[in-house]
Amino acid sequence: MIRIFKIALRNLLRYKRRTILTSILITLGIVLVILFSGLAGSFKTMMIGQITDSNLSQMQIHKKGYISSMDTMPLNLTLDTKRYKKIEEILSGNTDVLSFAPRIKLNAMLSNFTDTTNIRLNAISPEQEILVCPDVGSRMTFAKDREQGILLNPGEVIIPEKLAKGMKLKIGDPIVLVANNKDGSVNGLNFTLAGIIESVLGPQGKEGYMHIKDARELLRMDKPEVIEVAIRLHDFDKLNKVYEVISSELAGIINKKGKQEFEIHTWDKLSPFSNIAIMIDFMTITMKLIMIAIVLISILNVMMMSVYERVREIGTMSAIGTSPNRIMSLFLAEGLLLGLLSTITGNIIGLGGIFILNIYKISFAFGRQDNLLLSPTVDVTELLWVSGIVLLISVFATLQPAYKASRMEPVDALGHV
Amino acid sequence: MALVQIENVSKIYQTGDVEVAALSDINLSIEKSSFVSFVGPSGSGKTTMLNMIGCLDMPTTGKILVDGKQVDTLNRQKKAAFRGDVIGFIFQSFNLFPVLTAYENIEYPLVMIKNKPARQRKEIILNVLDSVGMLSQKDKFPDQLSGGQKQRVAVARALVTQPKLVMADEPTANLDKESSINVIRLMRDMKDKFGTTFIFSTHDPRIMEEAEITHTLVDGKLA
Repeated sequence: MIRIFKIALRNLLRYKRRTILTSILITLGIVLVILFSGLAGSFKTMMIGQITDSNLSQMQIHKKGYISSMDTMPLNLTLDTKRYKKIEEILSGNTDVLSFAPRIKLNAMLSNFTDTTNIRLNAISPEQEILVCPDVGSRMTFAKDREQGILLNPGEVIIPEKLAKGMKLKIGDPIVLVANNKDGSVNGLNFTLAGIIESVLGPQGKEGYMHIKDARELLRMDKPEVIEVAIRLHDFDKLNKVYEVISSELAGIINKKGKQEFEIHTWDKLSPFSNIAIMIDFMTITMKLIMIAIVLISILNVMMMSVYERVREIGTMSAIGTSPNRIMSLFLAEGLLLGLLSTITGNIIGLGGIFILNIYKISFAFGRQDNLLLSPTVDVTELLWVSGIVLLISVFATLQPAYKASRMEPVDALGHV
Repeated sequence: MALVQIENVSKIYQTGDVEVAALSDINLSIEKSSFVSFVGPSGSGKTTMLNMIGCLDMPTTGKILVDGKQVDTLNRQKKAAFRGDVIGFIFQSFNLFPVLTAYENIEYPLVMIKNKPARQRKEIILNVLDSVGMLSQKDKFPDQLSGGQKQRVAVARALVTQPKLVMADEPTANLDKESSINVIRLMRDMKDKFGTTFIFSTHDPRIMEEAEITHTLVDGKLA
């Protein structure tokens, strides 16, 4: 076997320029895939992180039917204490769940005592919310003299920046929130504008924030009720697995009408960015397909030429008794070796490129957050997959020329001019 | 029993609608350890005859037995294995592998065909290299050797597996006079040393003189 590869290597070096050009082409394809996967993957991870860590959370549980009617923010699809306890039990018993937080979503009228407008509000328990969405504060602007680390106190409201601009409100200004509860009765309370929040992608990114206790008072809830339970996991990569587990546990909880009580959704079902994430994945796959085409065409071309140029040599091999299978293996080894050398070079250059991109980081701005840095990484599995596919395609592309070589009649091949 | 037995062999090539008889009704036997030449003008059927005996080509009619085996009925794989076991080849254009040194060219049949272990190979190769007078040139690639030297390496490659029969189609056609005589004498020495049967074709009268038995072909028939 070693001898076969030794002969294959020498035959590759025999046509140095052709081998180098083909190898460069394949190497470029691999480098392109590694860099693109690294950058696109890093961008995707960062954006998903921004969305899940500063706003949505990784998973959400609602009363069944809430998500389909969430645009109207219905207040009749709430989880009472008993139901919340059930969810709490399930989530507390799951070791993959890091934290969870209750939320109430509501529509209200916001007044600056001159003008009135409507506002969507996310009522949170700040201590729990910060554990579920650790970056939520990064989107907010507070008064300069505000004590660090305090997200929201009772009596305070944080509103979207466009709304603040439109209503000419500044941090510290008094405002009034008026809301209907689920029975239709109206209530109004005074608040202080504690902060301004930037928008992120999706309808949920245009919401203001208030304390959950204030929301219950504004909505005149006799008992603590919750509309949404936001969840964060220890390991984001286990999202789908944990979703399946919790989902099956929740499916077992049936209401009096015999229907499922709760629904659970992962972030991608709640944010339009998931479509962008799918597009990124699709583009990465496209890049891989382009790479496969490059490898296939280059190696097929080079090996066909190699066979054509060495017909007499193949005739000699065959005449002196080399078996057709061994002739085939000689050419397969040549194609495989060309793929292997290009893969090694491509991986080294690709990883070097990723390393350089991590030194001279690419920065971009997203909303209020400037200087977000892309730190591309390449998963070992991804690297092995790319390398494996190149080697496989190299062998596949060589099959036809190698088979052709092995089937040559020695008498014809020896007479080839 | 004769090493090569040819019975009523004809070979007809089809060129478009025209049939060309390269060999017509040949009957011949060649004994072991003989030094046989086929001579005749261009197109007389020398190469076709050697290709038939060397199991590189199939007769249209007739039967060929080499070393007691009817070779015209073997399939591609078995024919290759038979050639590797029984027949060695020397070609007009030397046909050495350009990416292998003289040593490696001779080693090739032992590794790729005979699967001989490395320890056994070295001794055999050095012996045969010494026999053809190429020991000092063993690490040179074919393009660093003269025509005569290349053909000596080719002779060594043909003999390294100790075949019963060596086929040489115009082995001196690309050599100068002196090298031609040297190569033919080398082949005869090897025949004497290893007891190998050599069958070669030529149209050079001085080379014909070196053969023990000469068969003349004219228009595909034995004269």
